[in-house]
Amino acid sequence: MNQSPLHNMHVRLGAKMVDFAGWYMPMMYRGIIEEHNYTRNAVSLFDVSHMGRLRFVGDDVEACLQRICTRNLAGMQAGQCRYSHICREDGGILDDVIVSRDQDHWLMVCNASNHAKIVDWVRKQTTGCKFELTDTTMSTAMIAIQGAQALDECDRLLPFEVKSIKRYRFISGSYLTFNYVIFRSGYTGEDGFEIVLPAKAIPLLAPKLLGDGSGEAIIKPAGLGARDTLRLEAGMPLYGHELSEQWDPLTAGQSWCVDLGKDFIGAQAIRKLEAQGLKSTIVGLELEGRRTARQGYEVFAGDRAVGKVTSGCLSPTLGKSIAMAMIEREWSDPGQALEVDFNGRRTPCRVVKLPFYKQKK
Amino acid sequence: MNIPDDRKYSETHEWYLVDGDVVTMGITQFAADELTDITYVELPDADQEIEAGQPCGELESVKATSDLLCSVGGTVIGRNDELADQPELINEDALGAGWMLKIRVADLSPLEKLLDAAAYEKHIAED
Repeated sequence: MNQSPLHNMHVRLGAKMVDFAGWYMPMMYRGIIEEHNYTRNAVSLFDVSHMGRLRFVGDDVEACLQRICTRNLAGMQAGQCRYSHICREDGGILDDVIVSRDQDHWLMVCNASNHAKIVDWVRKQTTGCKFELTDTTMSTAMIAIQGAQALDECDRLLPFEVKSIKRYRFISGSYLTFNYVIFRSGYTGEDGFEIVLPAKAIPLLAPKLLGDGSGEAIIKPAGLGARDTLRLEAGMPLYGHELSEQWDPLTAGQSWCVDLGKDFIGAQAIRKLEAQGLKSTIVGLELEGRRTARQGYEVFAGDRAVGKVTSGCLSPTLGKSIAMAMIEREWSDPGQALEVDFNGRRTPCRVVKLPFYKQKK
Repeated sequence: MNIPDDRKYSETHEWYLVDGDVVTMGITQFAADELTDITYVELPDADQEIEAGQPCGELESVKATSDLLCSVGGTVIGRNDELADQPELINEDALGAGWMLKIRVADLSPLEKLLDAAAYEKHIAED
């Protein structure tokens, strides 16, 4: 099992640790709901070192990434990031990634659960291409600082001008011999940063951001449990739930990250699917009552099974039971009344627009 | 962890406090911590008969949905209705305010097979 370079800190902070995609990671420290609310109201630090970090250097990187990614990467400037899917020939989603262009190299951040698969896929699909792929996952670490006060706190605590970094942009460089990358991005629906540092440097920085246990720091640690409920409220898909090899990006409701005007692996199949019309799509559901719809629960329109829940939670911010579900198109319009099957008992729900929660500007 | 010796414990992490032929039950602090924040509790109605060792309700937490097991059978004579609006009472005070059911039992013998506090403490250390 892999351990994050921040493992000792998590243990010291009393984290409840879990196996996540082969990594021993903190699920929570004080409580999932508390950490969730604290992120919305203040600011949290998440260890996301388990996510795969792949570095590309060479003449053919741009052309090869263009072939692999559904998103159009043409015209990207150094310092820009783009969210993309990576698909099979048949359009099935292999992973969702963030691709960043730096001065002399590119960086791809992929899911821990798909890490090995993506490295294999990229190598296989790019034989003959001139570039070097270095897997920097183990030699680096990644933390996310997210929340309503993330900008102010990072501005106060980091020796960089971070407030001027625009959304989906990053800065990179070297500080006291350590290479750093600071992205203005995240997976919580709040503003904030994701920071990549050498594995040996992160244990120096993270405890400082948390006030060295003094209890006075504004930034508090949050685990993967809160990260999941935060992303769900923000309507963001999670691989293995809303995204999988059995679905294409359009069906998964992520057409915005697909450019069918360019050629990429899976483009032909996805064009065909688009022409035929999609059978199902991901929707938001709001359920009556307090019960949580879990992945795999069936959704009904009368007697007819019309889809399945992909994720659900009792939304801490909204105080309502929310879910995402893959639903047949004709039942997927906002306002549509449906029912979720809880082990033989039905709970009424209705289709709502995503996201459930939007950050106040 | 708080494991008082005034009651019995099951390997599936419920506690049972006996008073005459009435058993009060709930889940242990260990179970509540493992489940993480509990968001919904489904308990049997008063007067309902429940069977020993069978699921008699459901617990939903932020992370998972699980059956509520009960090691004794009998008639439900009381349930903690405060949990409907405040399931967090289980996380905050699993052994007290987070109690779940009061059951009138005809047969106390299943309780003999349960663990005392020391044995339960050992059980969760090995878990």
